Amino acid sequence: MTTTLIRGATLPDGTTTDLLVADGRIAERGTAIATPSGARVLDAAGLVALPGLVDLHTHLREPGFEQSETVLSGTRAAAAGGFTAVFAMANTMPVSDTAGVVEQVQALGESAGYATVRPIGAVTVGLAGARLSEIGAMANSRAAVRVFSDDGKCVHDSLLMRRALEYVKTFDGVVAQHAQDPRLTENAQMNEGALSSELGLKGWPAVAEESIIARDVLLAEHVGARLHICHVSTAGSVDVVRWAKARGIEVTAEVTPHHLLLTEDLIRSYDARYKVNPPLRRDEDVRALREGLVDGTIDIVATDHAPHPEEAKDCEWDHAAFGMVGLESALSVVQAALVDTGLLGWSDVARVLSQTPAEIGRLAGHSHSFEIGSSANIVLVDPASSSAFSTDRLAGKSHNSPYLGMTLPGSVRHTLHRGYQTVNDGVVVDAGEVAAAAMGVARG
Amino acid sequence: MRHLLSTRDLLRDDAIALLDIAEDMSEVQNREVKKLPTLRGKTVVNLFFEDSTRTRTSFEVAAKRLSADVINFSAKGSSVSKGESLKDTAQTLAAMGADGVVIRHSASGAPQVLAQSGWIDAGVVNAGDGTHEHPTQALLDAFTMRRRIHGDAARGRDLEGVSVMIVGDVLHSRVARSNLWLLETLGAHVTFVAPATLVPVGASTWPVDIRYDLDAALAEVRPDVVMMLRIQQERMNAAFFPTTREYARQWGLDDERLLALRPDSIVMHPGPMNRGLEISSRAADSAQSTVIEQVANGVSIRMAVLYSLLSGDREARS
Repeated sequence: MTTTLIRGATLPDGTTTDLLVADGRIAERGTAIATPSGARVLDAAGLVALPGLVDLHTHLREPGFEQSETVLSGTRAAAAGGFTAVFAMANTMPVSDTAGVVEQVQALGESAGYATVRPIGAVTVGLAGARLSEIGAMANSRAAVRVFSDDGKCVHDSLLMRRALEYVKTFDGVVAQHAQDPRLTENAQMNEGALSSELGLKGWPAVAEESIIARDVLLAEHVGARLHICHVSTAGSVDVVRWAKARGIEVTAEVTPHHLLLTEDLIRSYDARYKVNPPLRRDEDVRALREGLVDGTIDIVATDHAPHPEEAKDCEWDHAAFGMVGLESALSVVQAALVDTGLLGWSDVARVLSQTPAEIGRLAGHSHSFEIGSSANIVLVDPASSSAFSTDRLAGKSHNSPYLGMTLPGSVRHTLHRGYQTVNDGVVVDAGEVAAAAMGVARG
Repeated sequence: MRHLLSTRDLLRDDAIALLDIAEDMSEVQNREVKKLPTLRGKTVVNLFFEDSTRTRTSFEVAAKRLSADVINFSAKGSSVSKGESLKDTAQTLAAMGADGVVIRHSASGAPQVLAQSGWIDAGVVNAGDGTHEHPTQALLDAFTMRRRIHGDAARGRDLEGVSVMIVGDVLHSRVARSNLWLLETLGAHVTFVAPATLVPVGASTWPVDIRYDLDAALAEVRPDVVMMLRIQQERMNAAFFPTTREYARQWGLDDERLLALRPDSIVMHPGPMNRGLEISSRAADSAQSTVIEQVANGVSIRMAVLYSLLSGDREARS
């Protein structure tokens, strides 16, 4: 196996160190480590080393929607963005609501090798919101599912949500709720307010999200279960989660990069690249979400990477699909919205994009502290670079990014997954090479 | 002007220029030969994804009076109903050499998507998109008001100080939106009157007074213009108001309310009307009503718009 010496990286705490990676683990750290013979040397002067990023909310689309993304192409996108683990949402076709499907997704991830793929299981059969899926079978399968979500659809029935919260406790799992009251958002197209009224696009009121979160934190309190809220998007939601945490309710929350940077004003163009669920909100919401992340009300950033083919976006707004790709741009957007604005430091970034999502998802073997002996999942970032975001940066199948043409700071120079490189000098490593390296690690 | 997509970004001088050109077009319509050679050799496509015989016919007459070739491309019976995308339709029309596209679509923003897409180089006229805008309706309404108020001295004038009350389903009305922006630009004062369920969220930030009680609003404002909006059939069962009877009683322009108007107030309706619901027959057919004038003026306005967008060298202006 390759031995890699990372020379002069700056850790999230600001200290500078060399890191020697061997056999998939961090073998040595310190200054002026001698180069072992045959070792690959990565010059990390000026680069920030972060623990491999973990995305708790990715749509890999396989099985069923391979024209948008596959496990292979989606994990390439992940690697390009500095991610070494992704949690794959259950809205595939067939839906990931059985042990068979989640094991298949897991196996596809293992053979591709670009990132650790942890399947998310559906809460209800077929995401239909009527009956619980075989949560135990998925939890006890080889995929060892711990996160359950009907993402894209809200578990709207109050009794079913209560049962799901209770039942998932049995397996140390968590329900990740897509908070959206379906009746209040029928055919909704964008955030409801003066702008939606002016543009004639059907409004998506903030209360449709906030009322579900309020109900669910109270349910979680009542049954003593863990609850995770997907993609919080409004100032009111931040208030509700803050209140719940102050009460001691075991709730965690995520925010997407796009909700931390973009606002509904972009929709004046009727450009469907900005169509997303939950919708882009007001400037006040963006500020409240940033504050929530800074004060710990919001625990993590998760991408909600949602690839779609060109024809799903190149059309009238009402007919376009919801969603944007986000894996490749997430770190740059977080840097723009939070680091360069002085709201977060790199150690906070490591926490919200790696440590805490790994904890919420019960990601085994994940380490964020660069200690000797830990699995070598590392991303090296150049925070001083800045460039116009282009399709060159996109490594997945789809190009539905809202950032194309926008100047963003930072770039991923190298990504190491379990000790082998998936990105080298800003270029995604060839699929064959990565698959071979992954097989080597699996054999030990 | 390259396209006409909304009245919101129409400048005052451009709006008045359009109204003045429409005055010229209106004169042409009183001649024995109603046709002008202006757009000879140009092709105008009426691209209607939503049924609207009135608007389509109005555009068709307008284009023909300017000697343009007119193609009616409606969703029914065409490839559009078989799932062909807007992109493919636009590229097909471009390949056939369309100079102007008049588009009616149920999706708000579809005309803007078409105009900025690069799929087709034609001038785009929004003939009504979703619940967004219907700019030629607002222009013909303003034209009608200006004529009634200023008569033969209308040219060059705006609507400074004119009080316009728009009554009914503002929430779903592209006519109300386009009228508000244009009337504001022309100096008029607008009041919306509707049940709270039919007032758009956030409309309190718009340049408009919002009232719920029609009788109180009529008594206090004494408007120069009362514009009644159509209640669509599908709203009647969606909890916006309890029954049509209650709606008519509270927000309909019935005979009593007609009598209570100032004698010189004018009554407008964009059509088609639900007689007995939002407007009584007596109100619709009264001397104060401009419903028929609005239809005639619609042709003049659409001639003015097509003329402004399509005559001469469009390359030089774009």
